[in-house]
Amino acid sequence: MGSNMAEAHPVGFQWVMEAKARGARVIHIDPRFTRTSALADQHVTLRAGTDIAFLGGVINHILSNDLHFEEYVQAYTNAPFLLSERYQDTEDLDGLFSGYDPHTASYDSSSWTYEGVEAEERPGRRHKEQAAPDQHGSGGPVIGGAVGDIAADPTLQHPRCVFQVLKRHFARYTPEMVERICGVPRDRFLDVCRAWTENSGRERTAALVYSVGWTQHSVGAQYIRTASIIQLLLGNIGRPGGGIYALRGHASIQGSTDIPTLFNLLPGYLPMPDITQENLADYLDGVRRPDQKGFWGNADAYMISLLKEYWGEAATADNDYCFDYLPRINGDHGTYRTAMDMVDGKIFGYFLLGQNPAVGSAHGRLQRLGMANLDWLVVRDLTMIESATFWKDAPEVETGEIVTERCRTEVFFFPAASHVEKAGTFTQTQRMLQWRDKAVEPSGDQRSELWFFHHLGRRVKDRLAGSTDDRDRPVLDLAWDYRTEGDEPSAADVLRHINGIDLRTGRTVGGYPDLRADGSTACGCWIYSGVYADETNQSRRRKSRFEQGPYDAEWGWTWPLNRRVLYNRASADPQGRPWSERKALVWWDEDRGEWTGHDTPDFEKDKPPHYRPPEGASGPQALSGEDAFIMMSDGKAWLFAPTGLADGPLPTHYEPHESPVRNLLYGQQANPTRKVYGRRDNPSNPAPPEAHGEVFPFVFTASRLTEHHTAGGMSRQLPYLSELQPELVVEVSPELAAERGLRHLDWAHVITSRTAVEARVFVTDRMAPLRVEDRTVHQIWMPYHWGSVGLTTGDVVNDLIGVVAEPNVLIQESKVLTCDIRPGRRPRGPALLEYVQDYRRRAGITPQTGTRIATTGDDHRPTHTEPHRGEDSP
Amino acid sequence: MTDEHSLYGPLEDPAADAGHQEHPPRVGFFTDTSVCIGCKACEVACKEWNDVPEDGLDLLGMSFDNTGMLGASSWRHVAFIEQERPLGRQDPGLSDLPTGPSAAEHTAEVVADGLRDAPRGGGELGTEPVDLGFPSFELPGAGTGSETRTDFRWLMSSDVCKHCTHAGCLDVCPTGALFRTEFGTVVVQPDICNGCGYCVSGCPYGVIDRRPDDGRAWKCTLCHDRLRGGLEPACAKACPTDSIQFGPLDELRERADRRLEQLHEAGVGEARLYGRDPEDGVGGDGAFFLLLDEPEVYGLPPDPVVPTRDLPSMWKHAAVAASALLAATAAVFIREGRR
Repeated sequence: MGSNMAEAHPVGFQWVMEAKARGARVIHIDPRFTRTSALADQHVTLRAGTDIAFLGGVINHILSNDLHFEEYVQAYTNAPFLLSERYQDTEDLDGLFSGYDPHTASYDSSSWTYEGVEAEERPGRRHKEQAAPDQHGSGGPVIGGAVGDIAADPTLQHPRCVFQVLKRHFARYTPEMVERICGVPRDRFLDVCRAWTENSGRERTAALVYSVGWTQHSVGAQYIRTASIIQLLLGNIGRPGGGIYALRGHASIQGSTDIPTLFNLLPGYLPMPDITQENLADYLDGVRRPDQKGFWGNADAYMISLLKEYWGEAATADNDYCFDYLPRINGDHGTYRTAMDMVDGKIFGYFLLGQNPAVGSAHGRLQRLGMANLDWLVVRDLTMIESATFWKDAPEVETGEIVTERCRTEVFFFPAASHVEKAGTFTQTQRMLQWRDKAVEPSGDQRSELWFFHHLGRRVKDRLAGSTDDRDRPVLDLAWDYRTEGDEPSAADVLRHINGIDLRTGRTVGGYPDLRADGSTACGCWIYSGVYADETNQSRRRKSRFEQGPYDAEWGWTWPLNRRVLYNRASADPQGRPWSERKALVWWDEDRGEWTGHDTPDFEKDKPPHYRPPEGASGPQALSGEDAFIMMSDGKAWLFAPTGLADGPLPTHYEPHESPVRNLLYGQQANPTRKVYGRRDNPSNPAPPEAHGEVFPFVFTASRLTEHHTAGGMSRQLPYLSELQPELVVEVSPELAAERGLRHLDWAHVITSRTAVEARVFVTDRMAPLRVEDRTVHQIWMPYHWGSVGLTTGDVVNDLIGVVAEPNVLIQESKVLTCDIRPGRRPRGPALLEYVQDYRRRAGITPQTGTRIATTGDDHRPTHTEPHRGEDSP
Repeated sequence: MTDEHSLYGPLEDPAADAGHQEHPPRVGFFTDTSVCIGCKACEVACKEWNDVPEDGLDLLGMSFDNTGMLGASSWRHVAFIEQERPLGRQDPGLSDLPTGPSAAEHTAEVVADGLRDAPRGGGELGTEPVDLGFPSFELPGAGTGSETRTDFRWLMSSDVCKHCTHAGCLDVCPTGALFRTEFGTVVVQPDICNGCGYCVSGCPYGVIDRRPDDGRAWKCTLCHDRLRGGLEPACAKACPTDSIQFGPLDELRERADRRLEQLHEAGVGEARLYGRDPEDGVGGDGAFFLLLDEPEVYGLPPDPVVPTRDLPSMWKHAAVAASALLAATAAVFIREGRR
């Protein structure tokens, strides 16, 4: 679901085909019939943006038919735990959970906690601005008091136990409701339910794949939560052939969150400090607590080792290991906020590395207008991309909004070395680091990113040398001691530093259990610790799969500690025996007194299943022999999230920000905590209960083609790829074509309140209308690879999309919006602006449209607009 | 039925027939279209390795196919066929949706109209709908005439030179530019080709083609250079799902037979092998296919025959005709001599 794996991940899809050849049934659930559907056993068409309703229906099917894996659920999830009496569900509050504040559009989540576990007031607003939930990336958020016995009902009958709350929460997600919301006929829906449940249990497991078709929604994180609830109820987590596969958006995007390029994270999912944290102790208290279980309990060792890696000998216990050198965040510094701040004249310089926001980011117009209002812009890329040439060829030049002669931004373009021209690792979707050697020397002035940043850092340090200004100390004190070969920094040496070094011996550590909080170890990313164990580059291993076991333990290296299946303790029953011989993965070997099996056990090797922690234990020591989810602060997998999420402890069906229909389940229409940016340059199409939604009657979704690479920088310049998909097209069903008078291969243009873009029409049976309630809903699809430069050019599809963000991670909702489509080409020049303005007038759109977030009851419903400033174009 | 001879009929060892002694086993491709995901990696890998030029940034509108057909600068071609019919037991998810009639017929007409004017054209093979004698103008299987479409399938198939056991192109080549390699494949040598174009009309599949700029003929070499270096051809190497399988032809035929059986058991009764049979009109293909519909649907001729099949009988007839002519002439002279 939410993945077009055959087209977007063709190399990984070979394993799906392999599984199919061995008898697996493949089901593809997607708004379009794609190349993935063509190879699946079954395709299910659903309305874009309704996946939680569909998956919630699956949960309801499981629970009302007692199809869950009882022993697994009892032992490894928080199903038995009792919730606080203060907790109120969306069933009680018409689509809201307890703790909602309509003025900040955020939750105080303190009422969502377990019974008897103290919960502090957690004002949601700051949390949301900083996408704080994202900072729990590789483990669970903190709950204090989790080491003790949490009140529980092992029979799962207590009305306030998680299991019963879950059951009530999804009780109205019936097959009939799924049909009415998603447009999926109930028989087909029940078919999927049967396939999923019949292929789960002791003897069988089912896997679920998603990609950015799930994440890029205003409820994206909760889509994945819903999937995890199903997989936990069916016992499909931590077991071979089970799991949830998050297929990432590019090569090594997994790597770019592990060692992040995100404003709110440090390496290894350690949170970026914020302004409320005065010192290291404050910071660490926010990450781990003495009265919690699990391996986040050692966060002090991970953090201090990171600081030692950054600042070397300058970092000492006396100066908090230079903790004060780290910048603090005080709000939303995400990519879309940054673009708006550029428009508003608050940001002066910008680095773009392998990123083409003029084409690839939502609301390309906003991105370009922002970049046209900078002092300087550095672009490092393989070719001259639109983000380097917007000042002369952006669509805004045609409309007169950017005047080349007056555009103030000075653009510095640096040609980059490609992946074959430099050594390093990719971290792919399965958390695997794979090393690649340099194949050829980069030509001309092309240089690696490593080279660029190493020398940039070196030069900045040189410029600041001798400065006595305190604010320069963080840069001057940086260790910056990577080995170089000629003038090229050694990527292997960088990886060695990421692995971590025992400063007493100077040798690499064997893994994160070796890291210490006393300053005696340095480590660039604790979850990668072990990739250079024994002073050997483990990611460079290339043993053929024909020469080793089924888990290919000697091919590359997977974090953490080369474990291929996360939480694989759950592949054995509480007593440590495999659930079935067929699905054996790791198990307890009583004679040898250790965990063993086909994979590296994701558990302390010598902790027996019957181990119970002593009184007063904390961190890893507090995990019992049955606490399979070793990163969670209570050792259990969370069906219900008692803390940590901005938009609710349970997933709930909300309509997308722009939707043609009213939410059939609740008075609350869309995510009550979504982040809106109500500005004149970021208008929204109206959605119920607002009026005039009929001006934009169709559902729009965009995605990729196999033949092109995202924003096209790596494909539209190449003749062999350009000729395979030479032109921007818009796909419509024969039914919509008839309704709007669209002819195959003729021109048409798609309109939203942001702009209109034109494309050649593809009328295809692969698109089909849906029946939602009493109306027919048409969906429209476009690929988004085109821009103004390259061998093939076309309108920027992302210009159609406005900016509204999911509150947990601040990802934009770019997979579903509403639109209109008309035959013929769009107006050109200033006439285009007038044309779109006319649509806005007809739909009654103002900056307030779409920002009245709370839609329940008759209470005063505040809007969430930004103060009037700088909307006018530069 | 024509008699078997070295230009027609089953031939155990084409490389030996061409004079290669101590040669490696005959190799080829088995293209299993039932697992093709239409990624076109084969097209790109082929062009990259063989330095084949780009040949037009044309939007053809034939589903996702913008290559159109095999040609001098397209040695692999992935066909995409959208049909209103089911694939085995696959559920395309259309039933009970508020659908109207299929668009397949309409789009096929638009594409056919457009191709007549397209700069590169589509030729007869692969691009234009094929008239199989049905009353209406539509692809075989397209359009059931129902008011609401409930069936759909999307077929994809990577086409390539067939490296025939009896290769029409090779047999008519007057310069020796085309030759049979030690691997049993057929390769054209660009430094010898004089661009006469006999091979183009000699190919029963419409594969080999001349480049407009220099007039020379080009086609798939089955990566002869890679084979000599012990590597598999670029397209097979790049294929992520092993739709394109490379290997000794005997092994591939066994593998294909097993796969066919497996698909039939799985309910894909329409699966069939194409070019597998050494008894066919070209003596069997070195590159053969598993298809899910009639060959015409993929732009492949249903019953290809090497033009040299009739060569011996043509010579025989020519000899008879010549002797008859000679005899008649002689008779005239004899008669005149009598006067």
